[in-house]
This record gives sequence, C-alpha cells and structure tokens, in this order.
Amino acid sequence: MQFNKQVQELKVTGYTRLNPRHFVLELLAPEKLPVILPGQFAQVLVEGSPSTFLRRPFSIHTVDYSRNTIRLLIQIKGEGTRHLARLKEGDSLNVMYPLGNSFSIPTTKEVLLVGGGCGVAPLLFLSQFLHQQQIRPSIVVGFRTREEVSEIEEYSRYGDVFVTTDDGTEGEKGLVVDHSIFQKERLPFAKIYCCGPDAMMKTVARLARMHRIDCEVSLENTMACGFGVCLCCITPTDKGNERVCVEGPVFNINRLKWQ
Amino acid sequence: MADLSVNISGLTFKNPVTTASGTFGYGDEFTDFIDIGRLGGIFVKAVTGRNRDGNAYPRMAETASGMLNSVGLQNKGVDHFCREIYPKIKDFNTQVIVNVSGSTVEEYVEVAERINELENIPGIELNISCPNVKLGGMAFGTVPSMATEVTREVRNVYKKVLMVKLSPNVTSITDLAKAVVDGGADVVTLINTLLGMAIDVERRRPVLSTITGGLSGPAIKPVALRMVWQVHKAVNVPIIGLGGIMNATDAIEFLLAGASAIQVGTANFIDPQISVKIVDGIDAYLNKHKINKVTDLIGALRTE
Repeated sequence: MQFNKQVQELKVTGYTRLNPRHFVLELLAPEKLPVILPGQFAQVLVEGSPSTFLRRPFSIHTVDYSRNTIRLLIQIKGEGTRHLARLKEGDSLNVMYPLGNSFSIPTTKEVLLVGGGCGVAPLLFLSQFLHQQQIRPSIVVGFRTREEVSEIEEYSRYGDVFVTTDDGTEGEKGLVVDHSIFQKERLPFAKIYCCGPDAMMKTVARLARMHRIDCEVSLENTMACGFGVCLCCITPTDKGNERVCVEGPVFNINRLKWQ
Repeated sequence: MADLSVNISGLTFKNPVTTASGTFGYGDEFTDFIDIGRLGGIFVKAVTGRNRDGNAYPRMAETASGMLNSVGLQNKGVDHFCREIYPKIKDFNTQVIVNVSGSTVEEYVEVAERINELENIPGIELNISCPNVKLGGMAFGTVPSMATEVTREVRNVYKKVLMVKLSPNVTSITDLAKAVVDGGADVVTLINTLLGMAIDVERRRPVLSTITGGLSGPAIKPVALRMVWQVHKAVNVPIIGLGGIMNATDAIEFLLAGASAIQVGTANFIDPQISVKIVDGIDAYLNKHKINKVTDLIGALRTE
C-alpha cells in the first residue's frame, strides 16, 4: 500500500451535480488502478490560479476496478472547488493517489456508519467494501435540507439507511447525532465508522465511549503535501503529533487526544 | 549530453539540483515517486538535540502563490536520527546533507559533533534561520555577531563541509553572509522562509496557531534571487540558492544569479517528481544553448 502512490493525469468521464453545493466527478485512470482502500484520499491539482497553489485533498467516494475509474464527492467551498465544479467530461485532472491509511476491516457484523455533510464521501466506498465482506451496515447520514439529500439509493444497496436533515424536510429533524438510533439505552453495534465535521465526530466519539463501542473517525486537517513530508496536518495522538495524511486520516478514537 | 556536475567546497554533486530541508522528509517518502539517485543531493529534515513536538495545529496557510508554515522543527532528536534514520538513508546514491538546528550554541555543537561521526554524511547545513521556534533558530541568523559565534563553535567540532542557511528576515543579507564566512562556513544556503502571517476575517483570528510563520513558494522567488545575487558579489564561497523554484527555468535563474546549486522546496509538495524534472529541464536548456557544462551558467548573468 505504501508503494502504491501515483501521480497521474485522470480524465473526467462523468460529472453529476447532486445539488447546488455538491457534485461528483468520475475520473478514468490512464492505466490499471492501484489497489485503493476505503478511507484513502486523493490530492487534486487545481491549475490556473495563484490562489489555488496547493493540491486539494478529497476522500475517494467510490472505486470501479472494472471501468478503471474512481469518483470524488466534492463540496463547493472556495476558489479551488469552484474551479473543479466547472470541469467537463473529457477534461483532464492531475491527481496524486491513493494516499493515507484506511478504515480497518471489522471483526463484527454489527457495524454503524455515521456521516455528516461532505463527510459522507468515504462512507459509500466503505459500505461497498463491507458489502463484499458480507456485512450489511446501518448507515446514518445527515444533510442540511431535503435538497441536499443524495445518493440514498446507492447507500441502500449496501446497508440500512437512516437520514436526518437540519430542518426536518426529510428523515428525522436535527443533526446526525440527534437521530433516534442513538437514543436507545443499548446501541446494537460493535463498531462505528464516522466521518464529518469535527464537532459531530467528537459527539459520536463520546457516544461510542459511553456505550463501549469501538470507533474510528476520518479526520480532515489542512495539509500541504498529502504524503508525509510537510508535517502540517498533524493531530495530537498517544504517540505525539502524528500526520493525518500518513498515519491517518483514519484514527481509532482511543488514540486521539480529543477533548 | 552536457556535464551537469558541480563541485561544492570539494564535494561533487552529480547535478546542481537538491531538495530543501523540511520539504523532503528523510527522503524515504519520495522513493514512491522518484529515483533519488538522479538528484545532486538531498537536505534532510532539521535535526535538533532532543525530541521536539513542533507547534500546535494549524501549522499551514495557503497564500497567493505560496504558503505559510509554522511546523516548528518537529523531529525526534539526534539520537533517534543516528539510530533509526541514518541506516535507512546512508546508502542513497546521492549526497545526503543533514540540516542541524538548536536553541542554544551548545545544542548546535552537540548535534554537529554527533553528525560528524556519520561516515556517509559529507556535510551539514546549519539552520540559523528557522522563523518558527521561540528560542534559537532565526535569532542566531539575524544578528551578525551571533551568526559568527554559532558558526565558529560548530566549525571547531565539525570537520566536513559546513554550510550555513541564511534568513532573509534581515536588512542586509550580505552582512550575514560575511558573518558566517568569518565564522568558518564553507558554503552559504539562501534563503529560508520570509516571516509572514495570514488572517481569517470571519473568525477575526490568525490562521496559524503561532500567529506568524514562514512564507515559501513562488511568491518569494524575486526576493531570493536578489539576495543570491547580492551575496554572490559579496562573498567568495559557493552559494546554494532556493526560494520558490518551481521549474527548470527558475533553477537556471538562480544559477545565473550566482548559485552553484539549488534546492527545490515547496514545489515538492505539489509535484513529488518535480526535482527530477528540473534536472532534465536544465539538461535540455544546456543542450539547446550548446553549453557543455552547467558550471558555465554559475554567476553568468550579463548586466552590461
């Protein structure tokens, strides 16, 4: 896995606008895809502007080895992602991948995936992967509003999906962590995988600890290189400051120095 | 095929392209992407006397044509370097130079003595220019008398090629270059990062945990070139130039300004293969201009 990294010109073969803030790019590799694991990410070069100097990291959303494509779920946030949102089929994109570690393979079938906002990105790939291991996880995904609820059919192929929206226009009203699945006295899970905003992941981590459930989270820190040399994306762990781009992005919550 | 080799204070570099400390780890992360043996040399991450955790997150801010960092010399100390890192890098088929830093003169001396014992490390680069540590670092690099002192003390114990990396955060770069040459430096490296800052207006807070940090990338290239040019005219030791080099053309500019070799820094983050591409680009330039050896470019700027 460590000797697997590529810098390639990938070709845009699909563009799906999920809603005004999110889109999915499908990218075709020029040669056989390297082995990619759920939780790994790609560093995308945004050319043509002095303010988008560094690459942008995105979780790998899905992998299709038969078609030699990967997909990235992207939230439009700043100039870099606005530029990417203007890409068209046939355009090429310089991508460094696959980077970082991955979610661990669970030793239980009682698995819960929790994703909020753009943090759902690696969970579709993870649920595909779990499906191949004959595991059907429960998947709780949170969105701002009905308009942003997307790809539920895809998730439903691999797991039992529960939706929240901040405004209650679809699924249960509230944040992901407000979902009734978390309100039970005993949560019927032995493993939780989580990705989303920091505050949400910290709440999920607290719940996991309270219920003594093993939990992994995928962090998103500001990074320059993405492959372990700049030491900018560090997070404090039980082994000191570790690199989110190499030792992460996935960490077991027991290792993080979270408050 | 032109002769790309350069001689830096008795050390032969197979070409003038090296990588800047702090942007290349200990080299091992790059073996996924390039053959390190194609480079003239590598400057590995700063080594200090003891373990340093570095600064708190956030440590990085992207800026126009560059980035600010405040890593703060995170490393596991010289013992760990000699025991764990050195065996992994000692047989790279390139010149491996160790960047040495500290908070006190004694710490610089201690680290230099330890590195002096490592057979396959032919030189050190004294880092008296890191803007991201509270004690030492840049403090030594901005006052000429202190720069002379730390260089002299290290010179007394260090027997191989002694390079000193200069800070651009000074009024007169030539005064500092002369100060370290007086202290016994064989080579000067310039420039380290420029002190800068970034502000998040929504939160009305600095972006970096340390408020200020070091600016690198193409944004600083004109400043770096000017300083290399000034130092080239002021001192008589080889110069290793860096600051915003993104391609072979940038590298050639530094050679023309007077650098005998160059370091690729921040560009490694964006394209880990860039250093090798720059070697090829310099070769292509020499062939195109029918220049037989790269040393003919060093300081060859025409100003009349």
